[in-house]
Amino acid sequence: MPAFSCAFPGCRRDLLVIVLVVFVGIGLPIEASAPAYQSHGTEGSYLTNVTNTKKAFPVLAVNYKHVRQPFEIALWILLALLMKLGFHLIPRLSGVVPESCLLIVVGLLVGGLIKVIGEEPPVLDSQLFFLCLLPPIILDAGYFLPIRPFTENVGTILVFAVIGTLWNTFFMGGLLYALCQIESVGLGGVDLLACLLFGSIVSAVDPVAVLAVFEEIHINELVHILVFGESLLNDAVTVVLYNLFEEFAKVGTVTVLDVFLGVVCFFVVSLGGVLVGAIYGFLAAFTSRFTSHTRVIEPLFVFLYSYMAYLSSEMFHLSGIMALIVCGVVMRPYVEANISHKSYTTIKYFLKMWSSVSETLIFIFLGVSTVAGPHAWNWTFVITTVILCLVSRVLGVIGLTFIINKFRIVKLTKKDQFIVAYGGLRGAIAFSLGYLLSNRHQMRNLFLTAIITVIFFTVFVQGMTIRPLVELLAVKKKKESKPSINEEIHTEFLNHLLTGVEGVCGHYGHYHWKEKLNRFNKTYVKRWLIAGENFKEPELIAFYRKMELKQAIMMVESGQLPSALPSTISMQNIQPRAIPRVSKKREEEIRRILRSNLQNNKQKMRSRSYSRHTLFDADEEDNVSEVRLRKTKMEMERRMSHYLTVPANRESPRPGVRRVRFESDNQVFSADSVPTVHFEQPSPPSTPDAVSLEEEVPKRPSLEADIEGPRGNASDNHQGELDYQRLARCLSDPGPNKDKEEDDPFMSC
Amino acid sequence: MGSRASTLLREEEIEEIKKETGFSHSQITRLYSRFTSLDKGENGTLGREDFQRIPELAINPLGDRIINAFFPEGEDQVNFRGFMRTLAHFRPIEDNEKNKDHTASEPLNSRSNKLLFAFRLYDLDRDDKISRDELLQVLRMMVGVNISDEQLGSIADRTIQEADQNGDNSISFNEFIKVLEKVDVEQKMSIRFLH
Repeated sequence: MPAFSCAFPGCRRDLLVIVLVVFVGIGLPIEASAPAYQSHGTEGSYLTNVTNTKKAFPVLAVNYKHVRQPFEIALWILLALLMKLGFHLIPRLSGVVPESCLLIVVGLLVGGLIKVIGEEPPVLDSQLFFLCLLPPIILDAGYFLPIRPFTENVGTILVFAVIGTLWNTFFMGGLLYALCQIESVGLGGVDLLACLLFGSIVSAVDPVAVLAVFEEIHINELVHILVFGESLLNDAVTVVLYNLFEEFAKVGTVTVLDVFLGVVCFFVVSLGGVLVGAIYGFLAAFTSRFTSHTRVIEPLFVFLYSYMAYLSSEMFHLSGIMALIVCGVVMRPYVEANISHKSYTTIKYFLKMWSSVSETLIFIFLGVSTVAGPHAWNWTFVITTVILCLVSRVLGVIGLTFIINKFRIVKLTKKDQFIVAYGGLRGAIAFSLGYLLSNRHQMRNLFLTAIITVIFFTVFVQGMTIRPLVELLAVKKKKESKPSINEEIHTEFLNHLLTGVEGVCGHYGHYHWKEKLNRFNKTYVKRWLIAGENFKEPELIAFYRKMELKQAIMMVESGQLPSALPSTISMQNIQPRAIPRVSKKREEEIRRILRSNLQNNKQKMRSRSYSRHTLFDADEEDNVSEVRLRKTKMEMERRMSHYLTVPANRESPRPGVRRVRFESDNQVFSADSVPTVHFEQPSPPSTPDAVSLEEEVPKRPSLEADIEGPRGNASDNHQGELDYQRLARCLSDPGPNKDKEEDDPFMSC
Repeated sequence: MGSRASTLLREEEIEEIKKETGFSHSQITRLYSRFTSLDKGENGTLGREDFQRIPELAINPLGDRIINAFFPEGEDQVNFRGFMRTLAHFRPIEDNEKNKDHTASEPLNSRSNKLLFAFRLYDLDRDDKISRDELLQVLRMMVGVNISDEQLGSIADRTIQEADQNGDNSISFNEFIKVLEKVDVEQKMSIRFLH
């Protein structure tokens, strides 16, 4: 690909177009002329084999058939990603138009191109969509679901998801049926059940579209989780309604028993999906407990168990989306306590990558399918559908909010309601469900056209205008917040306080049950699902440790030198005590250094993990863990002979060497000082009671004791360098890492 | 129990409590029956041991502090009005209250009063500062016994350093408010008292 180094923006665009045309130009003729090549290939080889003529050995032959399918798939994906790349090179465009719109437009263009060539454009195959394209997006959403806002608003979300969708379905279906009864429209053949079926397809808010659009507007947490949560949870309702109406439409009549069974079915579908997801989630958590020796495949367990949960529940016609989400949510705290830092990064990256690709492909295919699909246009029907969508959504939101606000502590304001209503986008799920309609329905084409129109309308019109509207209405935006130990402590403090006060009032509310769940989790569940001794660690400590680690990474990356030795805690007074987990001491060292440099630290923010485009931490972590550790290794070779010293009167850091074992990497690091950091080393190491670490380490191969301090000795004398030794080790440390605790204030993940 | 409660609580008293705390009539009666059910000694006041009998407080890490918060300075018994006055801090803030002008004295459940209540739970010696030791005590209560003192100390130091703006090595009330500005205190410190 030519480098985009032109001075003029127009130049870039031209290059992009040229590249695109080249690719498309290559790809399409290949597909088009595939049959021709195929016959040549077989013919040629047949002749050669049978007749054994003097035909020259084919030095260069083309056998397209052989690679056709993977080739085309790869080409499509590549095309989609190049498009995505192109958009972000054109800054003004990506600021105004949401990516989803651009991708659909590209899809339209490509579909048009294919049609012009004379080929049949591929349609978004429902099988492909539901089994391959949708799960990564949902898993990404579910795994990084911000738990605290979700659980705080789960009642509201459920009301919107279930009752809102039901309202939409019946309102739209009913009114469309009434419309079809009008003679002038000319749609007399549409019966009520078909209309209701159509209503059920088009009434569900789509998670893919919502994610794509909301991500770019950075709305405040409450509204975001409401719309997003609703889009995820309404899957159960959609599945039940869709299947229900399909069945009824086949039979033709509906009895009371059928309706009752429908309600039962809803509960079975949703709770069944949740159950399946929970089972697989626990299985994944349990498996991750034993992966300390095979770190490399840890991410695969997460992906595969989740995918199995999805497929299993789809097999039973349960709600696959809910299963996937519950699986992600359930397994996350335990898995993250068990897996290594690298695996965690891998999981994060892969999920983002897959979901990004999926989303891109979905939107492009939507565009292509629009060009391809059979259409039956009926002005009245389509326009009415679009209007009814909006109207029913607005009415539904207003009505439900009125009822919900009576039960909420923090009421939903009018602005919130507006955004919730306006953000109810429809997307590819509706299209695929429509596509799944059997050809038996004579109105299938009409329905498909209407669905596509609604999708286009919501994605284009609503998607494009929601950002300026948010600005105009001055809706509260997401507050960027750095992880703060203060917030963490005080929030936990408030949790305890509120639980206590609820106890005093005799009121079994939100905090009471959360506390009960926590306690249950701590006493019974954690010990089974978390490896080693980690399960005893209080969440506050884990949070703190993680925060410090992140900060330390940033400090090392920026090459900062600690300017002053920490003076707050006098080292000589620390009593040596047998602490079962030496890793804590190590972190203590790091913390001290970090504190002394708190003012100089650049605190970077971790972006929310459900951002498709950016993962802020990525570069730092990569840099640090690779470059620095390579340097560290070199240092290590030089200092291998030093022993650790543990003198009784310590005030200054000493160089030291520690051998560290990593089971995963099978490398032996002596996490030594990172070269850019210098510490005062006033006195040479004297070794009254020096301890050699090399003999200690092999005794404790477990992860937790990688740095084996001399037991019972105050090993905390080695402040500066040792801190960085440990730090460097931390970076590839297969140590536990919790991203976010369920009870903690919502932080950017 | 119900009839006994209503005879002991006079209408005027209910009105006064309503004005002072903002609770509704039914909420007050409901909380009164809770008060009497806790009051084993049946003398119209609650002592510390009455609170300690509540199982949720017994296992709560902050149980003792919460209990102490109910008792006014130096006293050992709390009557119903004091009980309600403390609980009033946890009433949800209503919309109409948000817009009231500030000429009237601030209601007990305003955001800053809620925060002041929480602050006082940290600040036992009432010097309007959370010192390092006070913070350490709270941390120790919340975290349990497995964590070493040094570790806890470094967390405390870090916390103070993050919040401290005037350099006095302790957290004043204003700094406390500032640190919690991103936390939705209205929601976090409210209990939905059923109507």
